[in-house]
Amino acid sequence: MADHHHGPTVRIYLAVFAALMFFTVLTVWVAYRDLGPFNDVVALGIACTKATIVILFFMHVKYASRLTWLMAGAGVLFLLILFAFAMADYVSRGWLGIPVSHYLQ
Amino acid sequence: MAIVERDIRTSEDAPRVNYLNNGYGLKSWLLTKDHKRIAVLYIISISIFFALGGLFASLVRFELMTPEGDLMSSDTYNKVFSMHGIIMVFFFLVPSIPATIGNFLVPIMVGAKDLAFPRVNLLSWYVYVVAGILGTIAVVGGGVDTGWTFYTPYSSTYSNSNVILTAMAAFLAGFSSILTGLNFVVTIHTMRAPGMTWFRLPLFVWSHYATSLIMLLGTPVIAITLVLLMLERGFGFGFFDPNLGGDPVLFQHLFWFYSHPAVYIMILPSMGVMSEMVACVARKRVFGYEFVAFSSVAIAILGFLVWGHHMFVSSQSTYAGMVFSVITFLVAVPSAIKTFNWTATLYKGSIVFDTPMFYVYGYLGLFLVGGLTGLFLSSMGLDIHLHDTYFVVAHFHYIMVGGQVMGYLGGMHFWWPKITGKMYPDIWGRVSALLVFLGFNLTFFPQFILGYMGMPRRYHVYPDEFQVLNVASSLGASILALGYLIPGAYLTWSIFKGPKAPDNPWGAKGLEWETTSPPPTFNFDETPLVTEEAYQYGPIEEH
Repeated sequence: MADHHHGPTVRIYLAVFAALMFFTVLTVWVAYRDLGPFNDVVALGIACTKATIVILFFMHVKYASRLTWLMAGAGVLFLLILFAFAMADYVSRGWLGIPVSHYLQ
Repeated sequence: MAIVERDIRTSEDAPRVNYLNNGYGLKSWLLTKDHKRIAVLYIISISIFFALGGLFASLVRFELMTPEGDLMSSDTYNKVFSMHGIIMVFFFLVPSIPATIGNFLVPIMVGAKDLAFPRVNLLSWYVYVVAGILGTIAVVGGGVDTGWTFYTPYSSTYSNSNVILTAMAAFLAGFSSILTGLNFVVTIHTMRAPGMTWFRLPLFVWSHYATSLIMLLGTPVIAITLVLLMLERGFGFGFFDPNLGGDPVLFQHLFWFYSHPAVYIMILPSMGVMSEMVACVARKRVFGYEFVAFSSVAIAILGFLVWGHHMFVSSQSTYAGMVFSVITFLVAVPSAIKTFNWTATLYKGSIVFDTPMFYVYGYLGLFLVGGLTGLFLSSMGLDIHLHDTYFVVAHFHYIMVGGQVMGYLGGMHFWWPKITGKMYPDIWGRVSALLVFLGFNLTFFPQFILGYMGMPRRYHVYPDEFQVLNVASSLGASILALGYLIPGAYLTWSIFKGPKAPDNPWGAKGLEWETTSPPPTFNFDETPLVTEEAYQYGPIEEH
């Protein structure tokens, strides 16, 4: 892969580090709050934000070629496939009218 | 396929530097960055694990000669078949063709001097070796009894064997294949020789590209799944144990998300080998080149959408099962495209009955049976009956051994003159190919019947009426073992005593046949200029 792109500056690295620390503290803070059905949503949202920052800056994807973007995008797509098909199982287990508790016996 | 603008040399010429004689001594091998030497290191390594896995297979077949459990206890049997599976899958089948023949050939076939990241390539071998050592320590230290699938909650809560150590070994082996896949993707994208367009690439390269995509996209999932398993087993994290808020079926989702595509990591490179050999032995361009190329990519993508067919009886939702079942039928289409196109390539070809041809025919037959029986298992209703029986064992051995190992052995025979610069006795090659084919069918076809009759897998005590077929299977395994041992003997012999190989002993097309046997360290004296499509064999003529 050609290295003709510009990498992040030290300033950006420090900003990313600060952002990651902030979100880590936020994760811990949120963990002690009961947000009801949004508990998982918020926790996953923070985690995804942190992962995006890491991928874009620490892994230099933001500065990489379109081919690298394609490969990184493929990774995200296949992660979504994993989530979608696995959730398709969990969500549709009760559709036959058999209570979920039946499966847990 | 290509015009290399230089004089054509043969190995009989004056001694010249090639990758084998360019430095002697252990250090020159263990610190090499040459993809060809690393391929040789891999060949030696995976051969050791193939022998070890084969030893465990022999113990299984020996035990199953009688209906009683008279050779080993149930616990020991659990460990023996588990270690057979783990060693064969993670330490032989997954790396076998990509890390050996692929490592050797992909850079040469695209006209490059080496892979894009030679040091990463060497690192992948070292990671593999460390993984192998960990796995061996786990075996010697008492083994593991979870089956190669590590299903929870048994592996996370109940098993008293070396689960964490073995999972760590599989985890590391996965990283080794990620590094190999990364190297292939970057090399194929960025290091093709002038004129080597995507549709001039040999189909072997296309299949390795598709394999690499699976390695990159799927292997991290199995890696993290095994980490979750280790965390739950070692530290009580609640991922899969319902008592801790987890779900054991989640493990199956995560495991099969990788492990079904992993079957395509095993079979796609083998399909690439077949495409090269079919074209050569028929002296024809592969029929429907573009379809065969894209079918590799289609298999790689569709292969990620079918994992739930392993889970029809796991409490997975029926509706999800239906979706997985339908997509599984779809994945048969690109596989069938390949098989039909190879057959069409042979039609009116000028067939050469050398050893590679025997492996081509053997592969076509075994892969056909393996693929079609996969459709039995992807039918939800029938799978209820066949799940976890010997039918499943027979099916995946037809794919993973009948298909993959036939491809590996065929490829080794096809490119052996290129790799070593030596010829082997062709008659022995043909004999061993026949033995493998006959031995394989005698070993595994009876298992289809056993499974259909209801014999479950992973049991060493069975009803008396199953003995005849089990004895037949064990007899077949003996013949199969002979078929594997004989090439080990004559190929080793050929290294020391075999006649020198010409640069292109099969009259084949492709950049690897344009360079010397064995190739020089940087593969070509001059950068090749590709001016032709792949497999331009020209009019059929006598050879």
